[in-house]
Amino acid sequence: MERNLMKGNEALAEAAIRAGCKCFFGYPITPQTELAAYMAKRMHKAGGVFLQAESEIAAINMVLGAASTGVRAMTSSSSPGISLKSEGISYLAGSDVPAVIINVQRGGPGLGGIQPSQADYWQATKALGHGDFHLLVFAPASVQEMVDMVVKAFDTADKYRMPAMILADGLLGQMMEPVSFPEITPNAHDKSGWAADGHKGKRAHHIINSLYLQPDELQTSVLNRFERYEIVKAEETDAELYLTEDCDILLCAFGATARVVKSAVNEARAQGIKAGLFRPKTLWPFPVKEINEAAKSAKKLLSVEMSMGQMIDDIKLAINCSKPVEFFGRTGGVIPTPAEVLAEIKKVGGAK
Amino acid sequence: MTTEILLAGFGGQGVLFAGKILANCGLMDSKELSWLPSYGPEMRGGTANCSVCISDEPIGSPLVLAPDILIAMNQPSYDKFINAVKPGGKAFIDSTLIESKCERTDIECFYIPSSQLADDNELQGGSNIILLGKLIKETGLFSLDTMKKAIEKVVPPAKAKLIANNFRAIEMGMNN
Amino acid sequence: MAVVFERPKSLLDVPLHYCPGCTHGIVHRLICEVLDEMGIEGDTIGVCPVGCSVMAYDYFGCDMIEAPHGRAPAVATGVKRTNPDKFVFTYQGDGDLAAIGTAETVHSATRGENIVVIFINNTIYGMTGGQMAPTTIPGQVTQTTPYGRDPELAGYPVRVCEMLSTLTGTAYAHRVAVDTVPHIRETKKAIRKAFENQKEKKGFSIVEVLSTCPTNWGLTPVEAIKRLQDEMIPYYPLGVYKDTTTEGGEK
Repeated sequence: MERNLMKGNEALAEAAIRAGCKCFFGYPITPQTELAAYMAKRMHKAGGVFLQAESEIAAINMVLGAASTGVRAMTSSSSPGISLKSEGISYLAGSDVPAVIINVQRGGPGLGGIQPSQADYWQATKALGHGDFHLLVFAPASVQEMVDMVVKAFDTADKYRMPAMILADGLLGQMMEPVSFPEITPNAHDKSGWAADGHKGKRAHHIINSLYLQPDELQTSVLNRFERYEIVKAEETDAELYLTEDCDILLCAFGATARVVKSAVNEARAQGIKAGLFRPKTLWPFPVKEINEAAKSAKKLLSVEMSMGQMIDDIKLAINCSKPVEFFGRTGGVIPTPAEVLAEIKKVGGAK
Repeated sequence: MTTEILLAGFGGQGVLFAGKILANCGLMDSKELSWLPSYGPEMRGGTANCSVCISDEPIGSPLVLAPDILIAMNQPSYDKFINAVKPGGKAFIDSTLIESKCERTDIECFYIPSSQLADDNELQGGSNIILLGKLIKETGLFSLDTMKKAIEKVVPPAKAKLIANNFRAIEMGMNN
Repeated sequence: MAVVFERPKSLLDVPLHYCPGCTHGIVHRLICEVLDEMGIEGDTIGVCPVGCSVMAYDYFGCDMIEAPHGRAPAVATGVKRTNPDKFVFTYQGDGDLAAIGTAETVHSATRGENIVVIFINNTIYGMTGGQMAPTTIPGQVTQTTPYGRDPELAGYPVRVCEMLSTLTGTAYAHRVAVDTVPHIRETKKAIRKAFENQKEKKGFSIVEVLSTCPTNWGLTPVEAIKRLQDEMIPYYPLGVYKDTTTEGGEK
């Protein structure tokens, strides 16, 4: 397959178009601007719609409108912009409308910085908006995975009628790597049972709505959604297990950080330390089965993140606090180095 | 084996472009590679740097902190990164803009008046490519043929007439 | 016996939740008459706001989407851009359109989005119990302006048709009222014209309908109609503020 050299942000856009995304609505923010620029250049030629909205809020609501008619729709932003989109994401979830949202994370809180960060883990996995809901969260660690996961995100979102997020970061968005585009046949999900695309006088009207003024009706709607979430949790987790079979210390990291950690794990192994890496590729649902498999021989776990340690709780819950979980992190846009991670491995007890 | 390269200079000197040529060389030679720019509000005129990793194996961290190869195109970049070069590494220095001489004995430094050479030979803005020519000659990382192909790929069609100039710049770097 | 009056087909046969004397019902009916007359119900997607008409999705027979507060024009933009052959309208109150949704309103207008916006201006937030709206008239008593709206404290009202008529992208801006039969007939003509504009791809059309809220105004329905005539129409003059489809259409 032909290898192309592309920035992560551009690869996300190209993959979306190939996955049958028919419209992109966005608002400029660093470090994801190349994505919108690519869409502006390509989307129209691909027969789709590109529109620069007046705000992130408008953009996510344009996505809501387009996706409500059954069209594959996407928006992208970076951390502060995702906060603004959270209202619309809650509505998407509450109305059971599938769509894809890209977050090329930067440091926060507030205006924060523009360098890579993973400090939106809590937001993405726990509370991207008000109310009882989840969205699918995919965490790519390479430009190739950005391509593969965008395709997967559209399909999975359609399958379960829920919004999906690609949780990337500025490092992945800005870097170039070789990437191949597989022959993509987007799964054709039948949306005729719910899409508000004009009834042509042939069916009752469809209503896309998240309002239920009767508590029991709202409860039923939420319970139905959570039944679907159980299926998602059982079937849609994904993780990479690297050198975990005999590991004494299991490192846990996702996204760009996992690349740094992998370098550190390789160096640790070269020095005789039995280190392994668990890398969740889905953050929601969290790969519970996979981490327990990876942690089997481990005496200790070490979570490495570009945040103050937002994934630790999920790790502890997943292994039922059966082993100590340590943390090493950098935040604010600082990228941890393999040497620092190696030093931490030695410090927390991975030394031979 | 992984070769980690750091290119640094002023915005506008073609630091990112030179990095792109190296990355495309890796692509031509079927290597694993990564290219990572610094980004931020200093897009024009400030400092710019770019990490390129070339390897036979998948790249771990794409951020180059201790380069095997440094291309330094201005004094601040030289000051900032010369001591980060790995022992045994090589530094390619534009001696027109950088007056310092490195005192380290564990690395090899090549001083090329690349800005001056570019100006003298009507290759304005070609200093970065001259340094790349010197780089492939001294490291053997890529062949001249590979680099020419990469340049043909990276130069946009609208500026195709610049290809010949870039070829000239590489050869000038190789012969200096 | 001949039928001389019946419910429009696209107005569903369900009880409306609106208060007695509220004029939402009239406007709903007029929209549905237009959908029926143009034969476009099956090709129309409506977008409801947050406010009193939040549940309008249960009343209109066409496909409906319930938008977040103020975002209906953005939702409509998403629908129309991906379904250019469908008819798309929003139905919004004054708080939704002219306060929280001002950016979406102004930008969908200036982009010339080929949609219809039906704007119900009754100078008050109805659903939340009668607070000051962006269109509340100076001196008007509401729950949050208990001594009357004081422009020194609360600023001045937004005149939406006047404001939007300054934008190149606006094709049609018309302020009407539903206080009398002739005005109601005028309102229907304006709504029809807005949908015809969309059919002919003319761009953004807004019909601002001066309406009543007897409950939150604390008036009887008849008194409310009188207030609309005596206080609202002088402050919000009726008429066509912009019409790019006819020569010299700008007021």
